[in-house]
This record gives sequence, C-alpha cells and structure tokens, in this order.
Amino acid sequence: MTGAELDPTFLALPYRDLGDVALARARELGAGHADFRFERVRYQHLGVRDGMLQGAADTEDLGFAVRVIHRGAWGFAAGVVLTPEEATAVAERAIAVAVVAAEMTTSPVEIAPEPVHDDVTWVSAYDRNPLTVATAEKADLLIGWTNRLRGHASVEHATASLDQVQENKYYADLTGTRTTQQRVRLQPHFEAMGTDPRSGVFDSMSSIAPPVGRGWEYLTDGGYDWDAELAEVPDLLAEKLSAPSVEAGSYDLVIHPSNLWLTIHESIGHATELDRALGYEANYAGTSFATYDKLNTLQYGSNVMNVTGDRTVHHGLATIGYDDEGVETQAWDIVRDGRLVGYQLDRAMGHLKAELNGGRSNGCAYADSSGHIPIQRMANVSLQPSPEDITTADLIGRVERGLYVVGDKSWSIDMQRFNFQFTGQRFFRIVDGRLAGQVRDAAYQATTTDFWNSMEEVGGEDTWVLGGAFNCGKAQPGQVASVSHGCPSALFRDVRILNTTDEAGQR
Amino acid sequence: MTTNVWTPQSLVEHALATSTADACVAIARDTTDANLRWANNTLTTNGVMHNLGVTVISVVHTGDGVATGSMSGSATTQAQVTALVEAADAAARAGSPAEDAHALAGGEAAADWDDAPPPTDIHVFDTFAPALGEAFGCAGAEGRVLYGFVSHSHTTTYLGTSTGLRLRHVQPTGHYGCTGKDTSLTRSAWVGGATRDFSDVDAVTMDQTLAQRLGWAERQVDLPAGRYDTILPPTAVADLMIDAYWYAGARTAHEGQSVYSKRGGGTRIGEQVARQGVTLFSDPAHPGLECTPFVTAGTSDNEQSVFDNGLPLGRTDWIADGTLRSLIQTRHSAGLTGQPVTPYVDNLVLSVDGGTGSIDDLVADTERGLLLTCMWYIREVDPQSLLLTGLTRDGVYLVENGEITGAVNNFRWNESPVDLLTRFSHASETVPSFSREWGDDSFSRTATPALRVPDFNMSSVSQAM
Repeated sequence: MTGAELDPTFLALPYRDLGDVALARARELGAGHADFRFERVRYQHLGVRDGMLQGAADTEDLGFAVRVIHRGAWGFAAGVVLTPEEATAVAERAIAVAVVAAEMTTSPVEIAPEPVHDDVTWVSAYDRNPLTVATAEKADLLIGWTNRLRGHASVEHATASLDQVQENKYYADLTGTRTTQQRVRLQPHFEAMGTDPRSGVFDSMSSIAPPVGRGWEYLTDGGYDWDAELAEVPDLLAEKLSAPSVEAGSYDLVIHPSNLWLTIHESIGHATELDRALGYEANYAGTSFATYDKLNTLQYGSNVMNVTGDRTVHHGLATIGYDDEGVETQAWDIVRDGRLVGYQLDRAMGHLKAELNGGRSNGCAYADSSGHIPIQRMANVSLQPSPEDITTADLIGRVERGLYVVGDKSWSIDMQRFNFQFTGQRFFRIVDGRLAGQVRDAAYQATTTDFWNSMEEVGGEDTWVLGGAFNCGKAQPGQVASVSHGCPSALFRDVRILNTTDEAGQR
Repeated sequence: MTTNVWTPQSLVEHALATSTADACVAIARDTTDANLRWANNTLTTNGVMHNLGVTVISVVHTGDGVATGSMSGSATTQAQVTALVEAADAAARAGSPAEDAHALAGGEAAADWDDAPPPTDIHVFDTFAPALGEAFGCAGAEGRVLYGFVSHSHTTTYLGTSTGLRLRHVQPTGHYGCTGKDTSLTRSAWVGGATRDFSDVDAVTMDQTLAQRLGWAERQVDLPAGRYDTILPPTAVADLMIDAYWYAGARTAHEGQSVYSKRGGGTRIGEQVARQGVTLFSDPAHPGLECTPFVTAGTSDNEQSVFDNGLPLGRTDWIADGTLRSLIQTRHSAGLTGQPVTPYVDNLVLSVDGGTGSIDDLVADTERGLLLTCMWYIREVDPQSLLLTGLTRDGVYLVENGEITGAVNNFRWNESPVDLLTRFSHASETVPSFSREWGDDSFSRTATPALRVPDFNMSSVSQAM
C-alpha cells in the first residue's frame, strides 16, 4: 500500500453523529437490521477536442441513507440535509417504507451474518490523487495528446478525456461495524478520427488503455507507454481506413486482453451474479443461463478456463476493504477447469445459498451513491493465465486462417447471457501463423458456452492485463459501477465473424 | 441545534450574489423520487430519496478570451453554495479560453420563480401498491411469475443568471414495467409505459395483459435467422428513434464522423434521409410529453454549451417530410455549420403522414410475419450507417393471415434506424410510447407509431427466454 491517507476534509464531516442518531432511532422503532451509509463522491470530467479544452466539470455528491429490515421487508430512505433532525427523519422514513413494503413482501428478508468490524479504515492503492492536480496541468496533457495525433496526415480530428473519481464511504450498523474508506480511480482516453479520401469511409482508432484504480501517476510514471501508443495510432488508423472489408465466415480468433475483458464482463461476470441467476434482474437486463441447479456441473468452457472473482486485487476498480453491507472483501473461484463452481453474493444471497460460502456473503454489495440502495455488483472477475510461458505470438503461430482482435468497441448480449456480438478497435488477418494486415467491418458473434468451450489455449502471465470499465449498469433504479477484469491473450477456434456492412444491407 | 434549510431559489440568489466572476449561471435542482421493485411475485427493494443539488458556472474574461469553471454538488446550505462558487470562480480564473464562448442569455424572472418545488413520495403508489399485491396473488394462483419496477420522480429546476434570467420548471417523470413468465420460465412477456402521476396505471390490468400475452405463446415455433416481415410496436420504434436522435449532433456530422455527414464535407441537412411523410421532431410543449423549455448545461461538449444556459427551446423538426432539417446544435456549432441554433430537447415524436389505426390493424393486415414486444441491449456497431445491434425480448409472436398464432424464439438483429425510416411499409398512428432500453434512466418522453418493416434483419437466433 502507498502512503495515501483518508482525506481530512471527509473526516471533518459529521457522519459519526448522524449515524449514531439514525441507528438509535431505527432501533427504537424496532428494526431488526439497520445500517447507515454516508458518502461523498467527487468527480471531475475533462474533455478535449482538436487542441481545445471543450468541457471541464466538477461534481460532488454528498448525503446519507438508512436501510432497515423491518417486519420482514427492506425499507430504504436517503437525504442530503446533514442535521440530526434529518437523520432521525430519514430513519423514520425508511421504517415507514418497510411497513408499506411488508404488505407485498411474501418471503421475509434475511441476511447472512458478518463478524463485527469495529472502526476500521481502508484506502485504495494510489500515489497522487488526480483531484489534487491542477486542472490546467491535466488539460495540457490531454491537449498535447490531441495535437500529437493531429500532427499526422491521417488524423482529421482527435479527442481526449479524463474522468477522475474520489469516493469516500462511511458505514455503520446495529451490530457495531463501522468502516471508513476511500478509493481513487481514473479513466483516461483518446481517439483519432479520419476519412479515406478515395472511398469516403470514415473511422476512428482509440487508445486501448484501461481505466484503473490508480492516481495521476498512471499518466506520468511510464508504467503505461502513452508515447508509444500515441505514435502508433495514426498509422493504425490509416491502415484501417484503407483495409479490405472482411469476408464473413468462421475463423480462429486470438483475442488480446484489451478486447477479451469486455467479453468476460458480459458473458461471465454478469452471468454469475447469483441474484441475476435467481431472477432478481429479470425485468431489467434479464436472467442467466448459469442457473443454480447447474453449479458444479455446467461445463462453462474448456479445461484451460479458470475464472476468479475478487474485490482485493491491487488497483482493481471493484477493489475495496469492506463492502456496502459491512462485509470484508474476499477472493474465490467462479470457474475451475471449465466448470461453474461459484457465484457473486451479497448478504441476502449469502443467506439464501449458505452452502456457497460458509453461510457468509463474499462481499459484493455496492451502491453508487447515498441516494441508492446497495445491491450485489460485479466483483473483479478475471480469467487466469497459463502457468506456462505462452506468448501472444505463440498463440498467433498456431493459427492457419484467423483474426487477431485488439481493443474493444461495440458490445451486446441477450437476456440470458447467451447470444453476444462484439466489435473491436482493430482486426488483423492471421495467415499461416503470421499477421497479414488489417481488415475492417468485422464483428464476432457467438453463444457464450460454445465460445468458452472453443478456447483452446490461454497465454501466460506476461500476456495478462487488468482491463475494466467505469460504466457497468445494473438494477432498477439504475446504478453505475466500476469493475476490472484481468485476462491473458487467448486462442478460440471456429468463431463466427460477420461483415457489418453486409448486415446493414449495404454491399 | 437547528440549521437553516435554504430554499432552492435562495441558493441560486446566494450563488449569483457571491460570485466575483464576470458572469455567472446558477442552477438548483430539487429532486424527490420513490420506487418499488419486485421479482418472483414479491417486493424486493424500494426507496425514497430527496436530493438538492446546485451547479455554478462562472465566466471570466481573460486576456485571451473567455474561460469558465463548472462546479456541482449536493447543497442545502449557503455555506455549501459558497464553497461551490469559490471553486467555480477559481476554476474560471485558471481556465483556458473557451471556443464556445457567447454572451449569456438575458431576461427576467418567470412568474412562477417563487413557487416551491412540489415533492413526490411513496404515497404516489397508494393505489398501485395494493393492486400489485392483488396481482401477485392472482399471478401465483394462475402459474405466472411477475418481475417489475415502478418509479416516480419530481425534479424542479431553478436557473438564474447574472444577466437577470430566473427560470423554473417542474418535471414529473414516471414509468412502470412488468415482466411475466410462466413457472417453467420458458415463456416471457412484458408490458410497460411512461406515466406522469400513476393515476393511469393499474397493476391488475398489467397482470391481465401479461396473462393474455403469455397465452399467445401456447404454440412455440422455431424460426431460423433471416429477414422477416416484422411489426415493431411503438416501444421498439422509440428505442430506435432515440438512438437516431442521440447521434444527430451537428458538430460530429459537420466534421465527417456520423451517418448525418455528407461525403466531401458538411452535413446532410437538406437531403432526403427518410421516406416522404416522415417527421421526427421535439417540442417542449408537446401535450403529455412536456419537458424543460430552456437549455440547461453543466458542461460543454459537442452537443451542449454552458454559455447556452437559459436559451429558450421550441418545436424543432429534426426530419420533416423525409428531409433532414436540423441537427443538435449549440450556438458554437451553429456558427461552424451556418445553421440555426437548435439545441437538444428532452422529448421526441415520430409521425408518419397517413399513419392510421393501431398496431392491431397492422397485425390484421399481415399475411405472415413477426410481431415484436420490445428490444434490448441496443448498441451502435457502425457509425457510417448508424448500424445498431440489439435483441428482441419477452415475446416474438408469429402472425399468420392477420392472427397471432404462436410465439417464436428471440433473435439478435442488426439494423440502422435511419435506414428503417426509408424501408417501412406501413405505419400506425402515433401514440405515447416508452423505450424499454432508455426509458428507465435516460429518455422516457416519446410518442411513436408502430412500424411494419418487410425485411427486418434478424441476424442470429438467441436462445434466451
């Protein structure tokens, strides 16, 4: 861990007193369980286009919530007025909502117990909070990126952006758990756009840098080679613009982690959220084919498929010390040797399927603000690398006719997590074990279990990258969460490739 | 100990009075919100929430131009607003010249400026909730499982500028949605819609409609991927038209990066992009879809400008009689494109000349085709044509000789909404509709017809149920 410390401006806020008042009132009114959550989340967005700072905006969400289990039902209320009177009122509102809800709650709510964590703190691993860096310095970096890109003939327009978050949470409940935590994360991005003068086709090429649970040092310490990427993107764009249109058909695919992380997110991460598998998301994004009866029997993928869930990996976007129900975070297996062996849980799920984790939650509860109720959100779900030193070039070398896919672009998956379709930043032909130039207009489409069972090999540790997203959406009302996915490069056999202009009926 | 709780208007006045910038915009938004969620015939989560947030945009004239700073936060006290103002002023002073700089809109105080924000609360569901309990009982007894969500919110916006403008707008937003499955989870149906106050939503009717639609799935037919004569209900048309609208930014079109770009430079404004008779428009005063009649912007980007805060909005035809008329503009992009200033409006209507009757009439007229319920997971695949991908869900019904004769598997489709506006064969009349994909959180004020498309591209089969 680095030297990052809890922000004193957060520590100065009256959350302890408000929490004591709210919990006392909830206890007085007979709540069996009550928790208090106080959050301050600070955001800054910077957007640059063609050498100009287009937009800069800072936002701070500050408020608290009370959640109770009363008469067998959940009750949730939230507010932003930071007074003891309002804390009392919010507790009373939560109880009142539970009373209304109890009439329509046919199975009483029960949650898994958790050891008491009395007055613990946790801070994520970063060196320099980006919100403490002068805006002009950050803007200048992004402006410089767009100017460098536009220095090339193939680049007509370039954009760059930086989203930065500092999230502070205080949690307290009737058992005596109290947690005070702080996380910092950021998402840098750039994109180069151009047109092919002969065909009139336009397209873009983006950075494949992932968002990370790190600070400003991610942009300056050389750990990620921004210079190399800025230098190569214009030529990659030029090549893409004049590339031949892909021939649709069946191909072997080698997929780079910068694309595969998203396939993992959609087809494994979401599919193994237990609440989804039990139907709780059915009215929103749907259910899962990985139903509970298939635990330990479903052959999710080939025997080189090993997937873990955790909220502990260094710099992981879902990483934290204790979740939003006071549960200490953990790591566990989801798929082992291709077989489904685990799920992501919150305390209600941990109680419902006590056999999964010794009667305990595995710490996946999260709310994106004080105004929203905590729900089970995705842990960092990651595909493990091979223990052997297999390189991406080795995987490419095994392919006679295929495509090498780098960078993510569009995504879509159906309501049971079966049929998916993805595009990418660039697709290279593989001919007799070698790369043979880009093709354009490609998308890959498959059924989840067919796809993962066609995975012949995974790359070794040196190919492993921790990718991720800032914008995972779940639940009603909708909530946003950030999550990471680590994976190596991987080789898949006989995957369907579509030509997107054929799909549009325009060839 | 008591602390003053300030009114949103007074927080706006305090911000404007405290700023030492050359100009200032202050926006206060008071939001109250209530929701109920259910699954497996029981209530799951719920919530009531109150939020009061303030955005301060400071404008400073520097040697090189005009710079801004934008700070937003939950703010219920003068002290919190002062902190926002000081940060916004400082950010503007340290900022670089803005390319979209324009004089702030001037004006005076609206007549309702002093009115308090009307709240909503859990009692908006006082009629709906017991009926939902009844629906759970009915569904359980008849072998149906219900999953769904209702939400109601009131957001009152108070916008003030240092140029004298004081504007207030109350925005109710509500919606309901319910999925019904049979106990074997092999059949699924959905109903949903937008509502302003839940006076028009009945849970028992909701369940009965689901029962009817589940009944249509008695006979199950497997169909392969292919192009089908397909009836898109108003909700699916709303999904598609919202994306056609969201990607209609003038700047990106002008700079050669969208389906609305003209090859060789400029936009396609003035070109025919849809069948004659097709009109796609927004209007803040459209009955039943009323929305904010002035610009609010917390940051500047391709489609919005902080300098445009307070500009009045009116009816805007994006497509009129098949011709592209306007794209989403700021005053800055209007200057770049040489077009009128037509900013984003928070509702959308599609109408087709000669579109008559209901979706039932389109069905009755179809010899063999598919009737969809709704769409899901819609994402842009290729900006050249605005090709989108998505799924069908919760009921794809087979129509034979004008009758619904069974249910079909789901599909993944790949289609462009702009292209569909040139290929549809029939349209019903326009009715209020609710986009399942975007209606929950992003865009719920639409009115669209049902459209029949003779050759809709069902690209691959989805075995999802």
